[in-house]
Amino acid sequence: MNWNRKHLLDIESLTPEEIIVVLDTAKAFKAVGERAIKKVPALRGKTVVNLFIEPSTRTRISFELAALRLTADVINFTAEASSLKKGETLKDTARNLEALNADIIIIRHSATGAPHFLSRFLNASVINAGDGAHEHPTQALLDTFTIREKKGSVAGLNVTILGDILYSRVARSNIWALTKLGARVTLCGPSTLVPRVFEQMGCRVTYNVEEAIAGADIINLLRIQHERQRKTMFPSIGEYATLFGLSKARLTKTKPDVLIMHPGPINRGVEIDSEIADCGRSVILEQVTNGLAVRMAVLFLVNGGKGPQEIAE
Amino acid sequence: MPGPILIADATAMHRALTRIAHEIAERNEDSAEVALVGVQRGGVYLAQRLSSLLAGIWGHPVPVGSLDVGMHRDDLDNQVAPKIHPTVIPFDITGKTVVLVDDVLYSGRTTRAALDALNDFGRARRIQLAVLIDRGHRELPIKADFVGKNVPTSLNEKIDVRLKEADGEDVVCLEKQ
Repeated sequence: MNWNRKHLLDIESLTPEEIIVVLDTAKAFKAVGERAIKKVPALRGKTVVNLFIEPSTRTRISFELAALRLTADVINFTAEASSLKKGETLKDTARNLEALNADIIIIRHSATGAPHFLSRFLNASVINAGDGAHEHPTQALLDTFTIREKKGSVAGLNVTILGDILYSRVARSNIWALTKLGARVTLCGPSTLVPRVFEQMGCRVTYNVEEAIAGADIINLLRIQHERQRKTMFPSIGEYATLFGLSKARLTKTKPDVLIMHPGPINRGVEIDSEIADCGRSVILEQVTNGLAVRMAVLFLVNGGKGPQEIAE
Repeated sequence: MPGPILIADATAMHRALTRIAHEIAERNEDSAEVALVGVQRGGVYLAQRLSSLLAGIWGHPVPVGSLDVGMHRDDLDNQVAPKIHPTVIPFDITGKTVVLVDDVLYSGRTTRAALDALNDFGRARRIQLAVLIDRGHRELPIKADFVGKNVPTSLNEKIDVRLKEADGEDVVCLEKQ
Protein backbone atom coordinates (compact mmCIF):
# COMPACT_ATOMS: atom_id res chain seq x y z
CA MET A 1 0.00 0.00 0.00
CA ASN A 2 1.09 3.58 -0.63
CA TRP A 3 0.86 6.80 1.31
CA ASN A 4 -1.66 9.17 -0.26
CA ARG A 5 -1.84 11.94 2.32
CA LYS A 6 -0.64 15.45 1.81
CA HIS A 7 -0.59 16.21 5.54
CA LEU A 8 0.17 14.46 8.79
CA LEU A 9 -2.29 16.01 11.22
CA ASP A 10 -2.96 13.27 13.72
CA ILE A 11 -2.75 9.53 14.35
CA GLU A 12 -6.48 9.17 14.96
CA SER A 13 -7.35 9.38 11.26
CA LEU A 14 -4.58 7.02 10.06
CA THR A 15 -5.23 3.39 9.22
CA PRO A 16 -2.99 0.71 10.71
CA GLU A 17 -1.60 0.15 7.19
CA GLU A 18 -0.64 3.80 6.87
CA ILE A 19 1.16 3.68 10.20
CA ILE A 20 3.09 0.64 8.97
CA VAL A 21 4.06 2.47 5.76
CA VAL A 22 5.61 5.26 7.83
CA LEU A 23 7.43 2.80 10.09
CA ASP A 24 8.78 0.76 7.16
CA THR A 25 9.91 3.91 5.37
CA ALA A 26 11.57 5.14 8.56
CA LYS A 27 13.60 1.94 8.70
CA ALA A 28 15.24 2.86 5.40
CA PHE A 29 15.92 6.41 6.57
CA LYS A 30 17.45 5.16 9.81
CA ALA A 31 19.99 3.30 7.69
CA VAL A 32 20.83 6.57 5.90
CA GLY A 33 21.76 8.11 9.26
CA GLU A 34 24.24 5.32 9.88
CA ARG A 35 26.23 5.97 6.70
CA ALA A 36 29.31 8.13 6.33
CA ILE A 37 27.26 10.40 4.08
CA LYS A 38 24.02 10.94 5.95
CA LYS A 39 22.20 12.91 3.33
CA VAL A 40 19.94 12.01 0.41
CA PRO A 41 18.52 14.34 -2.24
CA ALA A 42 14.86 13.35 -1.83
CA LEU A 43 13.66 16.88 -0.93
CA ARG A 44 16.19 18.79 -2.99
CA GLY A 45 14.93 22.30 -3.73
CA LYS A 46 12.04 22.06 -1.28
CA THR A 47 11.48 24.58 1.48
CA VAL A 48 10.47 23.37 4.91
CA VAL A 49 9.28 25.81 7.56
CA ASN A 50 9.39 25.03 11.26
CA LEU A 51 6.51 27.13 12.55
CA PHE A 52 6.89 26.73 16.29
CA ILE A 53 4.39 28.92 18.09
CA GLU A 54 5.03 27.03 21.30
CA PRO A 55 8.61 26.63 22.52
CA SER A 56 10.36 23.37 21.70
CA THR A 57 13.95 22.42 21.29
CA ARG A 58 14.19 18.70 20.71
CA THR A 59 11.29 18.32 18.30
CA ARG A 60 12.32 21.39 16.32
CA ILE A 61 15.93 20.27 16.08
CA SER A 62 14.84 16.77 15.10
CA PHE A 63 12.60 18.10 12.32
CA GLU A 64 15.25 20.58 11.21
CA LEU A 65 17.95 17.92 10.94
CA ALA A 66 15.52 15.54 9.23
CA ALA A 67 14.76 18.16 6.59
CA LEU A 68 18.44 19.01 6.14
CA ARG A 69 19.30 15.32 5.66
CA LEU A 70 16.74 15.22 2.89
CA THR A 71 18.50 18.22 1.28
CA ALA A 72 15.58 20.61 1.89
CA ASP A 73 16.06 24.25 2.85
CA VAL A 74 14.81 24.97 6.35
CA ILE A 75 13.48 28.12 7.96
CA ASN A 76 12.92 28.22 11.70
CA PHE A 77 10.15 30.43 12.89
CA THR A 78 9.57 30.93 16.59
CA ALA A 79 6.77 32.87 18.21
CA GLU A 80 9.06 35.00 20.36
CA ALA A 81 10.86 36.46 17.38
CA SER A 82 7.92 36.84 15.06
CA SER A 83 5.25 39.24 13.98
CA LEU A 84 2.74 37.18 15.96
CA LYS A 85 4.01 39.32 18.79
CA LYS A 86 2.98 42.34 16.73
CA GLY A 87 -0.57 41.11 16.41
CA GLU A 88 -0.51 39.07 13.21
CA THR A 89 -2.93 36.14 13.15
CA LEU A 90 -1.77 32.55 12.68
CA LYS A 91 -3.59 32.42 9.37
CA ASP A 92 -1.79 35.50 8.05
CA THR A 93 1.56 34.24 9.29
CA ALA A 94 1.03 30.92 7.53
CA ARG A 95 -0.12 32.65 4.33
CA ASN A 96 2.99 34.81 4.37
CA LEU A 97 5.16 31.73 4.68
CA GLU A 98 3.34 30.15 1.80
CA ALA A 99 3.86 33.29 -0.25
CA LEU A 100 7.56 32.50 0.09
CA ASN A 101 6.77 29.18 -1.62
CA ALA A 102 7.15 26.98 1.43
CA ASP A 103 6.41 23.36 0.50
CA ILE A 104 6.02 21.84 3.94
CA ILE A 105 4.99 23.64 7.13
CA ILE A 106 5.67 21.93 10.43
CA ILE A 107 3.57 23.49 13.14
CA ARG A 108 3.61 23.34 16.90
CA HIS A 109 0.90 25.28 18.62
CA SER A 110 -0.68 25.40 22.05
CA ALA A 111 -4.16 25.28 20.51
CA THR A 112 -5.75 21.96 19.63
CA GLY A 113 -6.53 21.74 15.93
CA ALA A 114 -4.14 24.49 14.76
CA PRO A 115 -2.52 22.16 12.16
CA HIS A 116 -5.95 21.06 10.91
CA PHE A 117 -6.92 24.71 10.59
CA LEU A 118 -3.84 25.52 8.48
CA SER A 119 -4.36 22.47 6.28
CA ARG A 120 -7.78 23.78 5.21
CA PHE A 121 -6.42 26.81 3.38
CA LEU A 122 -2.75 26.14 2.65
CA ASN A 123 -1.42 24.51 -0.48
CA ALA A 124 1.67 23.44 1.43
CA SER A 125 1.78 20.17 3.32
CA VAL A 126 1.17 20.54 7.04
CA ILE A 127 2.81 18.36 9.68
CA ASN A 128 1.59 18.46 13.25
CA ALA A 129 4.51 18.73 15.67
CA GLY A 130 2.19 18.92 18.67
CA ASP A 131 -1.09 20.78 19.11
CA GLY A 132 -2.06 21.56 22.68
CA ALA A 133 -2.95 18.44 24.62
CA HIS A 134 -4.41 16.87 21.47
CA GLU A 135 -1.82 14.98 19.41
CA HIS A 136 1.89 14.68 18.71
CA PRO A 137 1.85 12.20 15.85
CA THR A 138 5.57 11.95 15.11
CA GLN A 139 6.28 11.17 18.77
CA ALA A 140 3.80 8.27 18.66
CA LEU A 141 5.31 7.06 15.39
CA LEU A 142 8.84 7.12 16.79
CA ASP A 143 7.66 5.35 19.93
CA THR A 144 5.96 2.58 17.95
CA PHE A 145 9.00 2.42 15.64
CA THR A 146 11.22 1.85 18.69
CA ILE A 147 8.87 -0.78 20.11
CA ARG A 148 8.68 -2.56 16.77
CA GLU A 149 12.44 -2.49 16.35
CA LYS A 150 13.04 -3.92 19.83
CA LYS A 151 10.12 -6.35 20.10
CA GLY A 152 9.54 -7.28 16.46
CA SER A 153 5.87 -6.36 16.47
CA VAL A 154 3.48 -4.18 18.43
CA ALA A 155 0.46 -6.51 18.33
CA GLY A 156 -0.28 -8.30 21.57
CA LEU A 157 2.17 -6.30 23.69
CA ASN A 158 1.22 -4.76 27.02
CA VAL A 159 2.15 -1.09 27.03
CA THR A 160 1.83 0.94 30.20
CA ILE A 161 1.82 4.71 29.96
CA LEU A 162 2.60 6.18 33.34
CA GLY A 163 2.29 9.81 34.36
CA ASP A 164 0.40 12.88 33.27
CA ILE A 165 -2.06 11.54 30.71
CA LEU A 166 -4.66 14.29 30.89
CA TYR A 167 -2.39 17.04 29.58
CA SER A 168 -0.33 14.82 27.32
CA ARG A 169 -0.62 14.89 23.53
CA VAL A 170 2.08 12.20 23.52
CA ALA A 171 -0.26 9.92 25.46
CA ARG A 172 -3.20 10.52 23.13
CA SER A 173 -1.21 9.92 19.96
CA ASN A 174 0.43 6.86 21.49
CA ILE A 175 -2.92 5.42 22.56
CA TRP A 176 -4.23 5.76 19.00
CA ALA A 177 -1.14 4.28 17.39
CA LEU A 178 -0.74 1.41 19.85
CA THR A 179 -4.36 0.34 19.85
CA LYS A 180 -4.53 0.53 16.05
CA LEU A 181 -1.53 -1.81 15.89
CA GLY A 182 -3.07 -4.24 18.36
CA ALA A 183 -1.29 -3.48 21.64
CA ARG A 184 -3.06 -3.46 25.01
CA VAL A 185 -2.63 -0.07 26.65
CA THR A 186 -2.75 0.55 30.39
CA LEU A 187 -2.77 4.08 31.76
CA CYS A 188 -1.63 4.90 35.26
CA GLY A 189 -0.99 8.03 37.29
CA PRO A 190 -2.70 10.25 39.84
CA SER A 191 -6.47 10.00 39.41
CA THR A 192 -6.62 13.74 38.75
CA LEU A 193 -4.36 13.26 35.72
CA VAL A 194 -5.76 9.94 34.46
CA PRO A 195 -9.52 10.31 34.23
CA ARG A 196 -11.60 7.20 33.58
CA VAL A 197 -12.86 8.77 30.37
CA PHE A 198 -9.72 7.39 28.66
CA GLU A 199 -11.29 3.94 28.90
CA GLN A 200 -13.41 5.05 25.95
CA MET A 201 -10.24 5.05 23.85
CA GLY A 202 -9.87 1.33 24.53
CA CYS A 203 -7.41 1.59 27.42
CA ARG A 204 -7.30 0.10 30.86
CA VAL A 205 -7.04 2.73 33.62
CA THR A 206 -5.53 1.89 37.00
CA TYR A 207 -4.20 3.96 39.87
CA ASN A 208 -2.06 1.16 41.30
CA VAL A 209 1.41 1.55 39.85
CA GLU A 210 2.59 -1.93 40.89
CA GLU A 211 -0.33 -3.49 39.08
CA ALA A 212 0.19 -1.26 36.04
CA ILE A 213 3.82 -2.24 35.51
CA ALA A 214 3.71 -5.91 36.58
CA GLY A 215 2.83 -7.42 33.21
CA ALA A 216 4.11 -4.62 31.03
CA ASP A 217 6.35 -5.24 28.02
CA ILE A 218 6.86 -1.51 27.69
CA ILE A 219 6.68 1.27 30.26
CA ASN A 220 6.38 4.71 28.70
CA LEU A 221 6.98 7.42 31.28
CA LEU A 222 5.55 10.86 30.80
CA ARG A 223 6.73 14.06 32.35
CA ILE A 224 4.42 16.15 34.52
CA GLN A 225 3.41 19.00 32.24
CA HIS A 226 3.58 21.85 34.75
CA GLU A 227 3.20 24.38 31.95
CA ARG A 228 -0.15 22.96 30.90
CA GLN A 229 -1.73 22.48 34.31
CA ARG A 230 -4.08 25.16 35.41
CA LYS A 231 -3.93 24.21 39.07
CA THR A 232 -2.07 21.75 41.21
CA MET A 233 -3.30 18.29 40.36
CA PHE A 234 -1.38 16.46 43.11
CA PRO A 235 0.07 17.55 46.47
CA SER A 236 3.78 17.66 45.68
CA ILE A 237 6.50 16.50 43.30
CA GLY A 238 7.98 14.49 46.18
CA GLU A 239 4.73 12.65 46.71
CA TYR A 240 4.39 12.01 43.00
CA ALA A 241 7.89 10.53 42.89
CA THR A 242 7.08 8.27 45.83
CA LEU A 243 3.71 7.10 44.55
CA PHE A 244 4.29 6.92 40.79
CA GLY A 245 8.01 7.34 40.07
CA LEU A 246 9.78 4.39 38.49
CA SER A 247 12.21 3.42 41.23
CA LYS A 248 14.71 0.59 41.30
CA ALA A 249 12.51 -1.27 43.77
CA ARG A 250 9.57 -1.03 41.38
CA LEU A 251 11.70 -2.05 38.43
CA THR A 252 12.51 -5.39 40.10
CA LYS A 253 8.81 -6.26 39.94
CA THR A 254 8.57 -5.87 36.16
CA LYS A 255 9.24 -8.31 33.36
CA PRO A 256 13.01 -8.77 32.95
CA ASP A 257 12.87 -7.65 29.31
CA VAL A 258 10.68 -4.59 29.87
CA LEU A 259 11.57 -1.54 27.78
CA ILE A 260 11.69 1.83 29.53
CA MET A 261 10.71 4.72 27.27
CA HIS A 262 10.38 8.44 27.81
CA PRO A 263 9.67 11.15 25.25
CA GLY A 264 11.94 13.58 27.10
CA PRO A 265 12.89 15.87 28.60
CA ILE A 266 13.28 13.60 31.62
CA ASN A 267 13.05 14.83 35.19
CA ARG A 268 15.51 12.62 37.00
CA GLY A 269 14.29 11.68 40.45
CA VAL A 270 10.68 12.55 39.67
CA GLU A 271 9.08 10.16 37.18
CA ILE A 272 12.23 8.07 36.80
CA ASP A 273 15.18 7.15 39.02
CA SER A 274 18.38 8.55 37.61
CA GLU A 275 20.03 5.12 37.37
CA ILE A 276 17.09 3.61 35.52
CA ALA A 277 17.25 6.32 32.87
CA ASP A 278 20.77 5.15 32.04
CA CYS A 279 20.26 1.40 32.46
CA GLY A 280 20.26 -1.21 29.72
CA ARG A 281 16.50 -1.43 29.55
CA SER A 282 16.13 2.27 28.85
CA VAL A 283 15.78 3.10 25.16
CA ILE A 284 15.38 6.84 25.75
CA LEU A 285 18.31 7.89 23.57
CA GLU A 286 17.42 5.40 20.85
CA GLN A 287 14.04 7.11 20.73
CA VAL A 288 15.86 10.33 19.84
CA THR A 289 17.77 8.60 17.02
CA ASN A 290 14.59 6.95 15.77
CA GLY A 291 12.74 10.27 15.94
CA LEU A 292 15.04 11.64 13.29
CA ALA A 293 14.43 8.65 11.01
CA VAL A 294 10.66 8.81 11.50
CA ARG A 295 10.58 12.55 10.75
CA MET A 296 12.62 12.01 7.59
CA ALA A 297 10.10 9.38 6.56
CA VAL A 298 7.14 11.67 7.27
CA LEU A 299 8.67 14.56 5.31
CA PHE A 300 9.44 12.20 2.42
CA LEU A 301 5.94 10.74 2.41
CA VAL A 302 3.92 13.97 2.67
CA ASN A 303 6.02 15.51 -0.08
CA GLY A 304 4.98 12.65 -2.36
CA GLY A 305 1.42 12.71 -1.09
CA LYS A 306 0.55 15.68 -3.28
CA GLY A 307 0.57 13.70 -6.48
CA PRO A 308 -2.13 11.51 -7.88
CA GLN A 309 -0.12 8.81 -9.58
CA GLU A 310 1.87 5.94 -8.28
CA ILE A 311 5.48 5.66 -9.41
CA ALA A 312 6.04 2.78 -11.80
CA GLU A 313 8.63 0.22 -10.72
CA MET B 1 -6.66 -7.79 -26.64
CA PRO B 2 -3.87 -10.34 -27.08
CA GLY B 3 -2.53 -12.02 -23.93
CA PRO B 4 1.03 -11.66 -22.65
CA ILE B 5 3.83 -12.77 -25.01
CA LEU B 6 6.48 -15.03 -23.49
CA ILE B 7 9.94 -13.48 -23.77
CA ALA B 8 11.91 -15.92 -21.63
CA ASP B 9 11.09 -18.98 -19.56
CA ALA B 10 13.10 -20.34 -16.61
CA THR B 11 15.62 -22.14 -18.84
CA ALA B 12 16.21 -19.13 -21.06
CA MET B 13 16.56 -16.88 -18.02
CA HIS B 14 19.12 -19.21 -16.45
CA ARG B 15 21.03 -19.40 -19.72
CA ALA B 16 21.11 -15.60 -20.02
CA LEU B 17 22.34 -15.18 -16.43
CA THR B 18 25.01 -17.81 -16.94
CA ARG B 19 26.23 -15.99 -20.05
CA ILE B 20 26.23 -12.64 -18.20
CA ALA B 21 28.25 -14.22 -15.38
CA HIS B 22 30.83 -15.44 -17.88
CA GLU B 23 30.97 -12.05 -19.56
CA ILE B 24 31.51 -10.37 -16.19
CA ALA B 25 34.29 -12.86 -15.46
CA GLU B 26 35.85 -12.26 -18.88
CA ARG B 27 35.76 -8.48 -18.50
CA ASN B 28 37.11 -8.42 -14.94
CA GLU B 29 40.33 -10.32 -14.50
CA ASP B 30 40.83 -9.03 -10.97
CA SER B 31 37.99 -11.10 -9.55
CA ALA B 32 38.76 -10.25 -5.91
CA GLU B 33 37.83 -6.62 -6.56
CA VAL B 34 34.39 -7.30 -8.05
CA ALA B 35 31.21 -6.75 -6.04
CA LEU B 36 27.60 -6.96 -7.16
CA VAL B 37 24.87 -4.52 -6.18
CA GLY B 38 21.27 -5.33 -7.06
CA VAL B 39 18.75 -2.55 -7.57
CA GLN B 40 15.60 -3.14 -5.46
CA ARG B 41 13.66 -5.22 -5.97
CA GLY B 42 14.14 -7.58 -8.93
CA GLY B 43 17.81 -6.67 -9.35
CA VAL B 44 18.59 -7.91 -5.85
CA TYR B 45 17.56 -11.49 -6.61
CA LEU B 46 19.39 -11.43 -9.92
CA ALA B 47 22.53 -10.09 -8.22
CA GLN B 48 22.37 -12.93 -5.72
CA ARG B 49 22.09 -15.48 -8.55
CA LEU B 50 24.96 -13.88 -10.46
CA SER B 51 27.01 -13.90 -7.28
CA SER B 52 26.66 -17.64 -6.88
CA LEU B 53 27.30 -18.23 -10.61
CA LEU B 54 30.46 -16.11 -10.40
CA ALA B 55 31.53 -17.89 -7.22
CA GLY B 56 31.34 -21.10 -9.26
CA ILE B 57 33.52 -19.62 -12.01
CA TRP B 58 36.07 -17.87 -9.80
CA GLY B 59 36.11 -20.30 -6.89
CA HIS B 60 35.65 -17.62 -4.23
CA PRO B 61 32.60 -15.82 -2.84
CA VAL B 62 31.55 -12.59 -4.55
CA PRO B 63 30.08 -9.92 -2.25
CA VAL B 64 26.57 -8.79 -3.04
CA GLY B 65 24.55 -5.82 -1.80
CA SER B 66 21.14 -4.29 -2.40
CA LEU B 67 20.33 -0.71 -3.27
CA ASP B 68 17.06 1.18 -3.14
CA VAL B 69 17.07 4.25 -5.35
CA GLY B 70 13.76 5.68 -4.07
CA MET B 71 15.42 8.59 -2.27
CA HIS B 72 17.44 9.52 -5.34
CA ARG B 73 14.75 9.48 -8.01
CA ASP B 74 14.22 12.58 -10.15
CA ASP B 75 10.45 12.07 -10.33
CA LEU B 76 9.65 12.30 -6.61
CA ASP B 77 7.90 15.59 -7.19
CA ASN B 78 4.14 15.39 -7.60
CA GLN B 79 4.18 11.63 -7.29
CA VAL B 80 3.14 9.31 -4.54
CA ALA B 81 6.21 8.51 -2.48
CA PRO B 82 7.66 5.17 -3.57
CA LYS B 83 7.91 2.25 -1.21
CA ILE B 84 11.47 2.09 0.10
CA HIS B 85 13.16 -1.28 0.44
CA PRO B 86 16.34 -1.88 2.43
CA THR B 87 19.69 -0.70 1.12
CA VAL B 88 22.37 -3.05 2.41
CA ILE B 89 25.93 -2.69 1.13
CA PRO B 90 27.96 -4.85 3.51
CA PHE B 91 31.33 -3.94 2.01
CA ASP B 92 33.34 -0.83 1.20
CA ILE B 93 32.86 -0.04 -2.48
CA THR B 94 35.87 2.28 -2.63
CA GLY B 95 38.35 0.91 -5.13
CA LYS B 96 36.02 -1.94 -6.14
CA THR B 97 34.53 -2.76 -9.50
CA VAL B 98 30.81 -2.60 -8.78
CA VAL B 99 28.45 -4.38 -11.13
CA LEU B 100 25.00 -2.83 -10.79
CA VAL B 101 22.31 -5.41 -11.52
CA ASP B 102 18.75 -4.59 -12.56
CA ASP B 103 15.97 -6.60 -14.11
CA VAL B 104 14.81 -4.16 -16.80
CA LEU B 105 16.65 -1.23 -18.40
CA TYR B 106 14.17 1.30 -19.80
CA SER B 107 14.48 5.11 -19.50
CA GLY B 108 17.80 4.82 -17.67
CA ARG B 109 16.55 7.04 -14.85
CA THR B 110 16.67 4.27 -12.26
CA THR B 111 20.28 3.59 -13.25
CA ARG B 112 21.08 7.31 -12.97
CA ALA B 113 19.55 7.33 -9.48
CA ALA B 114 21.48 4.17 -8.60
CA LEU B 115 24.77 5.77 -9.68
CA ASP B 116 24.00 8.75 -7.43
CA ALA B 117 22.97 6.55 -4.53
CA LEU B 118 26.10 4.44 -4.89
CA ASN B 119 28.22 7.58 -4.74
CA ASP B 120 27.16 8.07 -1.12
CA PHE B 121 28.82 4.81 -0.16
CA GLY B 122 32.26 5.56 -1.53
CA ARG B 123 34.16 5.93 -4.76
CA ALA B 124 34.08 2.75 -6.77
CA ARG B 125 37.02 2.06 -9.10
CA ARG B 126 34.51 1.50 -11.87
CA ILE B 127 30.83 0.75 -12.18
CA GLN B 128 29.38 -1.64 -14.76
CA LEU B 129 25.73 -2.33 -15.51
CA ALA B 130 24.15 -5.75 -16.00
CA VAL B 131 20.47 -6.08 -16.92
CA LEU B 132 18.30 -9.07 -17.71
CA ILE B 133 16.16 -7.19 -20.24
CA ASP B 134 16.97 -4.06 -22.24
CA ARG B 135 13.69 -2.76 -23.63
CA GLY B 136 15.03 0.45 -25.21
CA HIS B 137 13.53 3.97 -24.97
CA ARG B 138 16.46 5.51 -23.13
CA GLU B 139 16.01 9.08 -21.90
CA LEU B 140 19.59 9.43 -20.64
CA PRO B 141 23.00 8.54 -22.08
CA ILE B 142 23.20 5.21 -20.28
CA LYS B 143 24.14 1.85 -21.78
CA ALA B 144 24.35 -1.59 -20.21
CA ASP B 145 27.64 -3.49 -20.21
CA PHE B 146 25.94 -6.87 -19.96
CA VAL B 147 22.49 -7.62 -21.39
CA GLY B 148 20.53 -10.85 -21.01
CA LYS B 149 18.14 -10.09 -23.85
CA ASN B 150 17.32 -7.07 -25.98
CA VAL B 151 13.56 -6.73 -26.37
CA PRO B 152 12.33 -4.00 -28.72
CA THR B 153 9.13 -2.62 -27.21
CA SER B 154 6.64 0.13 -27.80
CA LEU B 155 5.83 2.63 -25.07
CA ASN B 156 2.41 1.16 -24.35
CA GLU B 157 3.87 -2.26 -23.62
CA LYS B 158 5.02 -3.49 -20.25
CA ILE B 159 7.79 -5.95 -19.43
CA ASP B 160 6.85 -8.21 -16.53
CA VAL B 161 9.80 -9.98 -14.94
CA ARG B 162 8.70 -12.61 -12.46
CA LEU B 163 11.34 -14.26 -10.29
CA LYS B 164 10.92 -17.36 -8.21
CA GLU B 165 12.27 -15.68 -5.04
CA ALA B 166 9.41 -13.16 -5.09
CA ASP B 167 6.75 -14.53 -7.44
CA GLY B 168 7.30 -18.27 -7.32
CA GLU B 169 8.30 -18.65 -10.99
CA ASP B 170 10.99 -17.51 -13.41
CA VAL B 171 9.39 -15.93 -16.46
CA VAL B 172 9.57 -12.75 -18.53
CA CYS B 173 6.49 -11.60 -20.44
CA LEU B 174 5.59 -8.69 -22.66
CA GLU B 175 2.14 -7.23 -22.04
CA LYS B 176 0.12 -4.70 -23.99
CA GLN B 177 -1.43 -2.09 -21.72
